[in-house]
Amino acid sequence: MTGGALIPLALRSLWDRRGTALLTVLAVALAVALLVGVEKLREGTRAAFERTITGTDLVVGARSGQLNLLLYSVFRIGDPTNNITWESYQALSRRPEVAWTVPLSLGDSHRGYRVLGTSQAYFQHYRHGEDRSLVLAEGKVFDDLFDAVLGAEVARALGYRLGDEIVLAHGIGSVSFADHGDKPFRVAGILAPTGTPVDRTVHVSLEAIEAIHLGWESGTRLGRAPQASADEVRKLELQPKQITAFLVGLKSRAAALRYQRVVNTYPEEPLLAIIPGVALTQLWSVLGVAEKALTAIAVFVVGVGLLGILTSILTSLNERRREMAVLRAVGARPWHVIALLVVESAVLALAGAVLGVALVHLALAVGAPLLEARAGLALVGIAPGLFDLAVVGAVTLAAAGMGLLPALRAYRASVADGLTVRV
Amino acid sequence: MSGAGEAVVTLDGVVFGWGKGPPVLDIASLGLNRGERLFLRGPSGSGKSTLLGLVCGVLVPRQGRVTVLGQDLGTLSAAKRDALRAAEVGVVFQMFNLLPYLPVLANVTLPCRFSPDRRRRAAEASGNPEAEAKRLLSRLGLTDPRLLDTPVRSLSVGQQQRVAAARALVGRPALVVADEPTSALDADSRDAFLDLLLEEVSASGASLLFVSHDMGLAGHFDRAEDIRALNRAARKAEAA
Repeated sequence: MTGGALIPLALRSLWDRRGTALLTVLAVALAVALLVGVEKLREGTRAAFERTITGTDLVVGARSGQLNLLLYSVFRIGDPTNNITWESYQALSRRPEVAWTVPLSLGDSHRGYRVLGTSQAYFQHYRHGEDRSLVLAEGKVFDDLFDAVLGAEVARALGYRLGDEIVLAHGIGSVSFADHGDKPFRVAGILAPTGTPVDRTVHVSLEAIEAIHLGWESGTRLGRAPQASADEVRKLELQPKQITAFLVGLKSRAAALRYQRVVNTYPEEPLLAIIPGVALTQLWSVLGVAEKALTAIAVFVVGVGLLGILTSILTSLNERRREMAVLRAVGARPWHVIALLVVESAVLALAGAVLGVALVHLALAVGAPLLEARAGLALVGIAPGLFDLAVVGAVTLAAAGMGLLPALRAYRASVADGLTVRV
Repeated sequence: MSGAGEAVVTLDGVVFGWGKGPPVLDIASLGLNRGERLFLRGPSGSGKSTLLGLVCGVLVPRQGRVTVLGQDLGTLSAAKRDALRAAEVGVVFQMFNLLPYLPVLANVTLPCRFSPDRRRRAAEASGNPEAEAKRLLSRLGLTDPRLLDTPVRSLSVGQQQRVAAARALVGRPALVVADEPTSALDADSRDAFLDLLLEEVSASGASLLFVSHDMGLAGHFDRAEDIRALNRAARKAEAA
C-alpha cells in the first residue's frame, strides 16, 4: 500500500472543492493573523519600550506612582504631577555615588510635540537601544538661549530645517491658546532618528524654559505687565527654580538601591526614585492582564477557525461516502480513508496558517513605518521567527488531530457500508 | 460447484449477519473458476451486496470460509485482505463509480496507486499504467483523446460505467466483481456495455462475478445462479 498516493489524492479532492476550501483557509488565515499580529505587536511594543531608555540607573521626580513618573519623564505620556526644587536636585546630584545627572523640565509643547528643557548632559548621557547615544543629523546642540534641537520626527513631520523659527506653546495640547510668541526659537540642530520618544521631542535648554516663563509665574501671562524682550532676558540670570524630573547615572550600579532609598526618604520634599527596568516590569504586569486577554481571544478565534475546518469536512462527509467506498473498493485500507481526511484537514490548516502569517508580515512591512511615523512606536523584533513557525506547526497539528474526528466517522461508515454505496 | 479448473472464489458454509442481528446470508457452497463468468441473480435486499462484501474481504463471515485465489480470507489479517483485494479484484458499482475530482485517466489508473502488483502488470502489458489505461479505454469505445483529461462529471452515465470497467480491468486482477453495473443504463447502452465488459474480461482472462436483478442478461454468461436459491437465511426468513 502506498501511503504517498494519498497526498495528491487529498489535494485533488480539495482542489475539486476549492470554493469552500478557500473560504475555510481564509477563516483560518484571519484567525492566525490575529493571533500572530497580537503577539508581534505585544513583543514589538515591549522591545520598543525597553529600548527607549538604557544606561540610566534611576529616574527621580516628585512623589507619585512609579509608572506615572516613568511614563511622563521618559515616554512623554501623561502629565507630570509636581515639580522638584532646584535645591533638591542640586543636593542629590552632588552625592558621591552619582556619576552624572540630566535635568528634565516638561510642560510646554510645539504643535502637539512636547518640549523638553534639559542640559547639554542629556546629549552626552542619554542612551537608548544597545548603548546608543543621541546623534545629531544636522547642526549642533543648543548654544544660544533660544536654540532648539528637534527630534527626527518633529523635523520631518513639520518640515523644519536648520535656522527655522519656531514658537512654543504653553501647556501640552496640540492646539494652545497661550503662545510664547514673544520669544521664538531657532532650530539649531536636528537629531538622527532613534525610534524612541526622543524623535517626537523639541529640546531646549533649561534656561530657555525659565526665560519663556518670565512673567508667567501664575501659570499665565500677567495682565499688561511689561514683557522682557528676548535680548533683555539673555542678560538675566536664568537659574531654574524647579525641574520636573532628572535622570541619574551612578558610578556603580550596585549603589542603585541605596541611592533610591536616599531619594525616597529625602527630608526636604517628597520625592520618588525609580529604576527604569523595574518600573517597566511593573508596566508589563499591569498590561499583562490585557495582553493575556487579547491573546486568549486570539487563541479562541483560531479555535473557531479550526472548527470551521471540522465543520466543512463533516458536512462534506455524507456526500463523500461514495468516494470512500470507491477508494475501499480499489484497495484503500481503512487507514487510507482516515489519513485522507486528516491530511485534508492539516493541509487546510497549514495553508491558512501560512497565509495568516504572511498577511501579518505583509501588514507589518507596510504598517510598521506608518506606525512609527504616526504613533512614534518603532516595533522591534518583528521579523518572522520561531514563534511564527510554532504557530503554523501547532495549528496544523491541531487540525490534523481534529481531522481524526471526521476520519473516524468515515472509517466507521466505510466499515459498516462494506462496498455498498448508500446514498 | 460446477466446471473444472482452478477455483478463483469459493464460499463454504458461509454465514453472515450484521452486528448481533439475525443472519442475512447463509450459503452452503458457491464457487467460481478461473475465467468463468457467473451471473448471480437477486433482487435488492436479497443479500447480494453482502455477498460481494464477503468476496472482496471487506466483510468477515460469522462462520464458514471464503477463499480467494486459494487464500482463506478468514486467516488473513485485514491488511492482507485489503492488499489481496487491491491486487486481484476489480469492482464495478451500479453508479457513481468514479472519484469526481480526478480526470478520466487518473480514475482508471487508481488501483495502480494502491497495488504495486497491478501497477507492475499494467506496465508489463503496455509499458506503463497510463498507456494500459488508454488501451482499455479505447477497447471500451472511449477513443477520443480529449476524453482522458475530462472531469468525470461531464461524462454520460454510459461513459462513466465504461471508465469504471476499464478501472476494474487495469492491471489484470484475477476477479472482476460487478454490482448491477447496467441498471442505470438504458437498454441500448446496457447491451453495448455488457458486450464490451464480457469481451474485455475474457481478453484479460479474469473471472467475472456479475450481480443483477435482470434475468434477461443471464444468457450472456457461462453460468447463472439465483441468490435466493443459494441463501438459506432468506429462505428461512420467508418461511417464518
